[in-house]
Amino acid sequence: MKVGLFIPCYIDQFYPQVGIATLQLLQKLGCQVVYPQGQTCCGQPMANSGFEHLTHGCNSLFVDHFDGFDYVVAPSGSCVLHIKEHLHEPAREAAATNIRQRVYELTEFLTDILKVASLPARFPHKVGLHQSCHGQRGLHLAQMSELVDQPYSKPGHLLNMVDGLELVDLDRKDECCGFGGTFCVAEEAVSVKMGVDRVADHVKHDAEVITGTDVSCLMHLEGIINRRKQPLRVMHIAEILNNTI
Amino acid sequence: MSSRDNILNAVKRNQPESSMLPSLKGLSDMPDSFDDYKRVVEGLGAVVEEVVTEEDIIYALDKHLPERKRTVDTRSAIQQEWIHEDAHLLEDVDVALIPGQLAVAENGAVWLTEHQMKVRALPFITQHLVLIISRKTIVATMHEAYEKIGGPETGFGVFIAGPSKTADIEQSLVLGAHGAKSLLVLVTP
Amino acid sequence: MNSHTSDHATLAGKFNENEPRVNWHDETLWWVRKKRDRMAWSVNGWEQLREAASDIKRHALGNLHDYLVQFEQQAIANGAIVHWAADAAEHNRIVLGILQKHQVKRMVKSKSMLTEECHLNPHLEAHGIDVIDTDLGERIVQLAKEPPSHIVLPCIHKKKEEIGDLFHEHLGTPAGNADPQFLTAAARMHLRQEFLQADAAITGVNFAVAETGEMVVCTNEGNADMGAHLAKVHIACMGIEKIIPKREHLGVFLRLLARSATGQPITTYSSHFRQPREGQELHIVLVDNGRSRQLGREDFRNSLKCIRCGACMNTCPVYRRSGGHSYHTAVAGPIGSILAPNLDMKDFADLPFASTLCGSCSNVCPVKIDIHTQLYKWRQVIVQEGYAATGKKVSMKAMTAVLSSPATFKVAGKMGRWVLKALPGMVNNGFNPWYKQRDMPAPPKMSFSEWYAKNNKDEQQG
Repeated sequence: MKVGLFIPCYIDQFYPQVGIATLQLLQKLGCQVVYPQGQTCCGQPMANSGFEHLTHGCNSLFVDHFDGFDYVVAPSGSCVLHIKEHLHEPAREAAATNIRQRVYELTEFLTDILKVASLPARFPHKVGLHQSCHGQRGLHLAQMSELVDQPYSKPGHLLNMVDGLELVDLDRKDECCGFGGTFCVAEEAVSVKMGVDRVADHVKHDAEVITGTDVSCLMHLEGIINRRKQPLRVMHIAEILNNTI
Repeated sequence: MSSRDNILNAVKRNQPESSMLPSLKGLSDMPDSFDDYKRVVEGLGAVVEEVVTEEDIIYALDKHLPERKRTVDTRSAIQQEWIHEDAHLLEDVDVALIPGQLAVAENGAVWLTEHQMKVRALPFITQHLVLIISRKTIVATMHEAYEKIGGPETGFGVFIAGPSKTADIEQSLVLGAHGAKSLLVLVTP
Repeated sequence: MNSHTSDHATLAGKFNENEPRVNWHDETLWWVRKKRDRMAWSVNGWEQLREAASDIKRHALGNLHDYLVQFEQQAIANGAIVHWAADAAEHNRIVLGILQKHQVKRMVKSKSMLTEECHLNPHLEAHGIDVIDTDLGERIVQLAKEPPSHIVLPCIHKKKEEIGDLFHEHLGTPAGNADPQFLTAAARMHLRQEFLQADAAITGVNFAVAETGEMVVCTNEGNADMGAHLAKVHIACMGIEKIIPKREHLGVFLRLLARSATGQPITTYSSHFRQPREGQELHIVLVDNGRSRQLGREDFRNSLKCIRCGACMNTCPVYRRSGGHSYHTAVAGPIGSILAPNLDMKDFADLPFASTLCGSCSNVCPVKIDIHTQLYKWRQVIVQEGYAATGKKVSMKAMTAVLSSPATFKVAGKMGRWVLKALPGMVNNGFNPWYKQRDMPAPPKMSFSEWYAKNNKDEQQG
């Protein structure tokens, strides 16, 4: 199984350890993983700001780099959702369609494609799971609190396989953290308040670590935690699932 | 061209392709027992009493509304001059007794029309409302209710579920906004 | 028409200056959202019900012309007088004309977001007619000379102490009494007198049935009925999208409306007005005001399915923390943000951006409007039509230039990380909205791509 590893731009630049953990985890689970050098971004920051018409360059690059893999996997629900919904390349639409159908967020790839039943991971900590919205409501990574439906959670399912890990309950299990792309600077006051409230929910339930499937949300929460010197930290779910010590 | 024609033309020009109406079958999977009705309507702040005879009704009124002065009973065949008076004169009615056509278990609502209330303002302007329903008329959901009601028989009809209420001040629930301050539902066999 | 000078971000920033107030606003509305959840879970087949409602509305929009004509015919046969208003100004002219014809000086109004949208009150007041809003929440904001901040909970932004002060000033209640029970009783007394004296009553319309020509109005307080059944003139104002085909469809919508709105199984009163009572005049004003235009926008026409339950506001994490007034339009929140740009794209260009696109609104919507998708699509339209702020345009072009070229991206990233590492003061200053209340991530030694290149020398290209 040949997997193209898509590492979103802010992970590449600011959180390389998340990319490394994702790569190692996939390799550990038997995937042949290739990271195509030269990849940049899915184009979401522009598109969500109303500039989808400027994303042709990003789309074209994306098709250049990810055409021909069995699967494309990324440690980000948000970027994956954007590709799934918006990747088009008029000159190579068949290739773009193929990618849209084969792109997976890491935890859905592990549960739905690899059908992982156990993990050699250990992480003896109390962990709160932040359900990032695009993964949650876009990719349906977990049952959404608004809908009357059977409960499930793909990231929760995987975290429960980790030895020693205790997943804490939250008051608001899938409330947005307020990152929202350019929203985080354009609507600074509301964005920060949303983040502060999310962190408070995790603190209230004694989480030592906030984890999630999107580094963008975690970066926003980490910025708040560090500024306020709060007693918890953020880790991407790949780092926990790849943790063996 | 008139605004009417302009609007209708614009709508015709812009409306999407027609689609099928959905079937409403299979949406009514809810219980229809008296107990279910009672639980729901009590949750809305109403009081429920089971009655059989007229004496039972008087007893229930005395028990729950002992201080009443002016009572209007729309079932009564006599002394109904208020029906022909100005509705504003109903302002001093303490208790209005009105039969309902049917009741809905899922939401506690009772359906009544002008036939039952005689004067439209009555169930609203009265300080306390007493609705009389038959146990046999309880249906599970609004779908069955409309099926039973059928087409309009009068110029006005209303579902009433509980006393008038508001939560506009800090979301604290207060019974007795503009309509009846209390609702007593009397259930006959 | 719109006199605001600030955009959503600025107004929301002001709202956030009082954090305890924000917390209270957020928690109160979240509590309403939880009540809605409990109600949804108590109904067997809730999701099918939403689907049916959405399908009925789609059908109604697809046949709106014929249903409007049918409704008009039925209404006229019922004895109502039907008027058509192309826009807000015509709506206001029609209502004023009816009131002047009957020499009405004082009238009561129950909740109608349409009349808010049309700014009817100031129009009537300018012509010497006193309008008394009778929904308690609306009366409170009217006394405070403010617009409603929420379509279902008009004064959700006000604390009871402020309401106590208002009542003390206007209704003569004792100073300092802020008990909701007491204040509600005072309002009941005050408004009963208004109901008894009013010559005319205006109501909104929740649903208008083409088949029967009747209109359904839902309230908990009973104010629509107190007004309409006592006044000699009843004017019902409705947007043309309120039409549903048949009476049986009311069953679907009445099951959804109150459960979604406030977590009640149904409103206290669901009143079906078909004919005027003897001696009464019943006027129905059908208002377009941009709705037929929205109907023609393929991407946005679904917004016309809205039944004004307000669930999208209660669930919206942004609305809960920015307050309804920050949207500077009659219908606030997510649904307002997809309706308002149709009314005035320039004035409301900020609203589709006042969202994180989290999608919770679309999930609670009882008629399944794809609200967050429409927010995304409005952003594209607003940028294409040239209403994006200039600063944003420049930075987007720069971002695009960087992200479209792998070489530039590498250098830019390196530069970015170098700047962060070497000169925190350059980026981490008060001019960077990120840094105001958040730290930047600690810059790593190397990017993932650099690490990968170093550790996977044999497989450089995929």
